[in-house]
Amino acid sequence: MTSEASIDVEGISVFFPLYHGSSRSLKKMVVAAAAGRLAKDQQQRIVVQALRDIHLKLRSGDRLGLVGSNGAGKTTLLRVLAGIYEPVTGRMRVQGSLNALLDPSLGMNVELTGRENIRLRGLYNGLPSGLLSQLEDDVAEFAELGDFLDLPVRIYSAGMVVRLGFALATAIKPQILLMDEWFLAGDAAFLEKARHRLEAMVKGADILVLSSHQDEIVRHWCSRVLWLDQGEVRADGPAGEVLDAYLGREPASAAVE
Amino acid sequence: MLSMVARADGQNGRPERVGRAGWRQLGQLPDKGGWFIALRRMNLGTTPVARTALLEFEADMTTAGRHRLAMADVGGGLKLWRLALSLGWLDTRLRYRGSMLGPLWLTISTGVMVGALGVLYSALFGMDIRDYLPFLSLSLVLWAFLSSLVSEACTTFTESEAIIRSVRMPFFVFSIRTLVRNIIVLAHNVIVILIVFGIFAVWPNWNWLLIVPGLALWVADGLALTLLLGAFCARFRDIQPIVNSIMQIAFFLTPVIWKPEQLGTGAAKLPLNPFFDLMEIVRAPLLGHTPGVLVWIGAILFSLALWAVSWSLFIRARGRVAFWI
Repeated sequence: MTSEASIDVEGISVFFPLYHGSSRSLKKMVVAAAAGRLAKDQQQRIVVQALRDIHLKLRSGDRLGLVGSNGAGKTTLLRVLAGIYEPVTGRMRVQGSLNALLDPSLGMNVELTGRENIRLRGLYNGLPSGLLSQLEDDVAEFAELGDFLDLPVRIYSAGMVVRLGFALATAIKPQILLMDEWFLAGDAAFLEKARHRLEAMVKGADILVLSSHQDEIVRHWCSRVLWLDQGEVRADGPAGEVLDAYLGREPASAAVE
Repeated sequence: MLSMVARADGQNGRPERVGRAGWRQLGQLPDKGGWFIALRRMNLGTTPVARTALLEFEADMTTAGRHRLAMADVGGGLKLWRLALSLGWLDTRLRYRGSMLGPLWLTISTGVMVGALGVLYSALFGMDIRDYLPFLSLSLVLWAFLSSLVSEACTTFTESEAIIRSVRMPFFVFSIRTLVRNIIVLAHNVIVILIVFGIFAVWPNWNWLLIVPGLALWVADGLALTLLLGAFCARFRDIQPIVNSIMQIAFFLTPVIWKPEQLGTGAAKLPLNPFFDLMEIVRAPLLGHTPGVLVWIGAILFSLALWAVSWSLFIRARGRVAFWI
């Protein structure tokens, strides 16, 4: 934990191949090739350019918000930063431990017990066995599941699933926190304790990258905003200015820290 | 197609991540109101600190660059062996959760099959059952392992879609997982072999030691198959039925229920069948023979070819699998 967290992204592009119908079938591809139609078939393959030539430099203390309409590439950029999607051009360097809160169910397997899910999460994160039991205690205490911890998640009430999921997601403290808007959905409804825990994680993180539709949340958490539009950077700058431009307002002088 | 250079520093192979396995089964997630109620009962806890990690990428379209990335993937997967073992073990347990005998059902069904086929075919072939049944039990159990490994290799990456799309994870972890799962099943079926060998008084001898290199080759080939078929099936969804049909044909063409000697002069050509070579290097020592030199040469050559094909496909597909699944 001694090294400074940093993110350097230079000229990254990501293409999404869209496979549909016959392009998923080897048989049809072979038949098409035999009939001399393969060249045509390949040209017909639809490729979506999800990110185009993104440059980004983040240092310790940076709080970046990603805004943009649906399909602008916010989640794709988070996935690239998390190392899930490999870009086809450019280079990137992400230094520091990282936690990506991208999906509500957070890796839970409902057939496994709560305890098994916790241990599996620890293993996914490569925690040494000593820390596994620490993680178990922490999550068990926070989620207050009691004896349910040894029963399959499938039989949990919706509330228990949320508590376990939230406790798991916030259990491991990263230097770089990547958060999709889902995680802050219903922010107003967050109760004090849960919000404290999340805030502690956000504040404890050296770098925050947050993707959200809700401009108040971005204003509250972020100091800098990247406006993505169809995979390209439309604007990049202080949160207040970019958000005002994004929302089509007059540029306000008071940028929110 | 381009690819990238990823480098991970020594002790911390990957960044921290959050998985989402099984999210499809999770069904309805509570709405905002649900959040409100759910979080009311939470309290604050201390949090373990995530490990530091370094992730570096550079667009690199050269074969050498791709090779380096794929090597890093395999290395990272091996480092996560504890996770891979747990996943394989949990898969087996989940499959049989709620059943009283658990994986022992496999043992019973294999035992029944060996008994039924053994009586029938020893009569059909006019062979002594004391000689035929040990052969058949061994053959069927080994073949069951081989064919289910090939079949499950196809879903190596697609079944882990949820994890692959939400966390950075070496693909090799899923290869090990598939292999481990099948080895656990094999271990349960070995009981049938032990019982049959016990009944017909087949005792261990020094030849048995020869299965060690044979099994090592099986493990290597199994991992190569998961990389090859896993990536191929992620791209083309109609491969698995094709593969299953091929394995069906191979079952009849390979001496599994019939003995190589029954082929007469044609037995000399059997080493051309890769399945025969691989079966024989493990089966022959256990039956007290020494596998022929040709069999070993065949097994090694076919394994090298398999690895070469698998590796050349995997290094190209690795960066794209996350988009395919």
